[in-house]
Amino acid sequence: MSNLVSAGVANVAYLGAIALFILALGGLSHPESSRRGNLYGITGMSIALIVSILSAVTNNMELLLGALVIGGGIGLYLAKKVQMTEMPELVAILHSLVGLAACFVGFANFFDIAVWDRYVGVEKVIHDVETYIGIFIGAVTFSGSIIAFGKLSGRLSGKPLMLPLRHWLNLALVILVFYFGYEFATAPTQELAIQPMYVMTAIALFLGIHMVMAIGGADMPVVVSMLNSYSGWAASATGFMLGNDLLIVTGALVGSSGAILSYIMCKAMNRKFLSVIAGGFGTAGGSSSSSSEDQGEVTPIDVIETANLLKNVKNVVIVPGYGMAVAQAQHTVYEITKVLRSKGVNVRFAIHPVAGRMPGHMNVLLAEAKVPYDIVLEMDEINEDFPEVDVSIIIGANDIVNPSAQDEPDSPIAGMPVLEVWKGETTIVLKRSMASGYAGVQNPLFFKENTQMLFGDAKESLDEVLKNL
Amino acid sequence: MKIGIPKEVFSLEKRVAATPEVVKDLIKLGFEVSVESNAGNLASFTDNLYEESGASIKDTARLWSESDIILKVRAPSEKEVGLLDSSKTLISFLWPAQNKELLEKLSQTGATILAMDSVPRISRAQKMDALSSMANIAGYRAVVEASQHFGRFFTGQITAAGKIPPAKVLVIGAGVAGLAAIGAAKSMGAIVRAFDTRPEVKEQVESMDAEFLMLDFDEDGSGEGGYAKVMSDEFIKAEMELFAEQAKDVDIIITTALIPGKPAPKLITKEMITSMRRGSVIVDLAAEQGGNSELTQANEVVDHEGVTIIGYTDLPSRLAAQASQLYGTNLRHILTDMCPEKDGNIIVDMEDEAIRGATVIHKGSITWPPPAPKLSAAPKPQADHKDTSAPMQQKKEESKTFGNVAAAVIASVALLWMGSVAPTSFMEHFTVFVLACFIGYMVIWNVTPALHTPLMSVTNAISSIIIIGAVLQISSDQPIITWIAVATVLITSINIAGGFAVTRRMLNMFQK
Repeated sequence: MSNLVSAGVANVAYLGAIALFILALGGLSHPESSRRGNLYGITGMSIALIVSILSAVTNNMELLLGALVIGGGIGLYLAKKVQMTEMPELVAILHSLVGLAACFVGFANFFDIAVWDRYVGVEKVIHDVETYIGIFIGAVTFSGSIIAFGKLSGRLSGKPLMLPLRHWLNLALVILVFYFGYEFATAPTQELAIQPMYVMTAIALFLGIHMVMAIGGADMPVVVSMLNSYSGWAASATGFMLGNDLLIVTGALVGSSGAILSYIMCKAMNRKFLSVIAGGFGTAGGSSSSSSEDQGEVTPIDVIETANLLKNVKNVVIVPGYGMAVAQAQHTVYEITKVLRSKGVNVRFAIHPVAGRMPGHMNVLLAEAKVPYDIVLEMDEINEDFPEVDVSIIIGANDIVNPSAQDEPDSPIAGMPVLEVWKGETTIVLKRSMASGYAGVQNPLFFKENTQMLFGDAKESLDEVLKNL
Repeated sequence: MKIGIPKEVFSLEKRVAATPEVVKDLIKLGFEVSVESNAGNLASFTDNLYEESGASIKDTARLWSESDIILKVRAPSEKEVGLLDSSKTLISFLWPAQNKELLEKLSQTGATILAMDSVPRISRAQKMDALSSMANIAGYRAVVEASQHFGRFFTGQITAAGKIPPAKVLVIGAGVAGLAAIGAAKSMGAIVRAFDTRPEVKEQVESMDAEFLMLDFDEDGSGEGGYAKVMSDEFIKAEMELFAEQAKDVDIIITTALIPGKPAPKLITKEMITSMRRGSVIVDLAAEQGGNSELTQANEVVDHEGVTIIGYTDLPSRLAAQASQLYGTNLRHILTDMCPEKDGNIIVDMEDEAIRGATVIHKGSITWPPPAPKLSAAPKPQADHKDTSAPMQQKKEESKTFGNVAAAVIASVALLWMGSVAPTSFMEHFTVFVLACFIGYMVIWNVTPALHTPLMSVTNAISSIIIIGAVLQISSDQPIITWIAVATVLITSINIAGGFAVTRRMLNMFQK
């Protein structure tokens, strides 16, 4: 054996890496410890990688290092170049790579003759099932993430695609996957197992595409965190296949982290995880009769009036939404915040958990614009303060400030927790037009007496407001 | 339809029911607008300005005879009542409760009359609430009047010529006028205190940075429609003690206490005024309803032992241009609601709560008072609403618990079966897997939502640990496996480097 590191040492190093990954995730729970957390993650990854290279690689070292350097270079370049508003796309495309990698490792493992001969009986069946599941999850993650990337970057329409009988279609596909799984695990020779595996991979790729195509733009935070979770489970399944605890544990950590994020996002929309995944918002019954009604007249306001209003108040809350990201208005928002704060106005930000297209999307944008994180508050922290707020500014948000979630029991978004901006003195809504939000529900907020609409591009409007301050 | 805006005939009245700007808006609604010659002179709006806005200028007789809708500020005089007939609609202030006789006479003309003071206080009708817009002006003007008669600065200063203490202002009654007075006095630099019998306004007062004076007394003074009501004797006694004490301390008192349909409560006694410092000022906004102070005389400035008591009843009129603009806008809003087609024809919709409230005479029959408004400005406790939903929730909870138990049983059975057939090596891995899921759950659960995105990018980088799989395979003798492994290393290393680097970049942006 030309191995530089013995198996025992490698196991200890893996244990260390696992501990470091746990510390990394723990560190990420608070802004102060988060940078250290990231460092733990990097250290853990380096240890695991170096030790496994030293212990397992006997030849083709040059290919490995070449791939590492090229891949690493591409990764660093992407990380450096990406705009903060494009973060959801980047995260989605990175997820697809994990899925693809899980597929590749599964295939490679399958083609390995040595592995084929190693297992017999129950162990072989279990190993085959592990391989099969690993490839399946990997393929779903891969194709699903590619579609998510397409939707987030605007290359694909954000509208949910509704195939007829799509639930039955999904069910049929899943049954097929089970059937081919049986074929795969019971195939007497490797050659006979190839075909079921390929068919399953194709089905999995289609399932991933179909699943994400059916989910609309505003449910993207759930999709992104769900794919995050899948990429973890894919790693875990690969770990089972290879009998490697490091992969199992790391995958499980990532998988449960993504699952928790998905759960938080679903709770923020008062929707069941299954109904989000099943796609198609508000199509199941739930007539939105009130949405078509004429709700009255909106009161428009211009930038000069807005600026004058802001000059004379004490308590301002800014509610950003996806529209702020689209208009790239976060820097202007912070300039306005600075001017107002220097005048003694208490300016705070209210973030709804599903604002934007990714969990925490708004926080990252505001952080990029250097907004101090202690004035950026969560929905639960700020909701009860709204009665004391003089002016709330809604920038490109709609459903997350819709009072019908509380007032209209038959509204498609009924029961979804929302930011209660209408309880404040005045609300200014920045909006391009009177189009309704993603949920297709008209927003009674716009027609309230104390709401004023500032129409136009958020960035341009806010630039003008800033000039007039 | 033709709208006519006559010149106000009441003495001291400088306002006009529509400004040139409002005229433009009315024409957009499809109305023809004519203005009596010199109607806006006292509010600095010349006939020329009206003509430029598209109105025609007429004399008194033609204006009244040719118009279908008359917009006025003050209630019509006897002569003006004579000019109305059943084809006409009049919108103005009227005070039907105080002017029963006038109401009677108006009904005999057969005209339709809307009283701007009777617009109900519901949130939808706020845009037509002329009482609020006038009260706002009165409150502001009260401070301006006070400062004119007050011999010192409002704001405190330390100058080379000595220290100047800030003026102390007490505002009694924190309605719209009171709050406007607080705002104006505060922005001039005074120390402002406010008192009101309705505890719900405490927050509003404090939001204006003024001090809310509390009585140690448990009685809520909120009446119907957000107005104040008459308080008990004990309460009034405690309140008077507070005022007596404050009178010795403050420089300026602005009183705005009114109870709908009743004479103004007497809050500032002669003794209190005597106890005030010389040079102090009292502005009594309730002068028209008899005054909150014992010495107030309507429309007069009284001097009592060096304390000035201002009893002007025409404070909004003293800011005529501003008052006309706001009043005109209120009128425009009510007409917009009455003219949904924007075709210049009005409909008196008695189903519309706002219009119903304002309409005191409909085609000659008296429709005042309207049914009581349903909504108070303060939220009522909603206990009963919650009660109905509780049992349903409980039911849901129960079925949920049942589901959870069922899932747990099925999972346990499946696990036991797996344990009986699977080899030990698998069970070892499985144990590790389940424990790791729990650790992940514990560690992630408390993540602040602000860090969700960095968390995802870092977990993404970490899940690329799958690279280990490729590293283990790369040394294979089979070229196909080697090349797949190389591809895997390539893509996962993109992920590792990219994920960690972008997380680092994001985290560096988070700052306090």
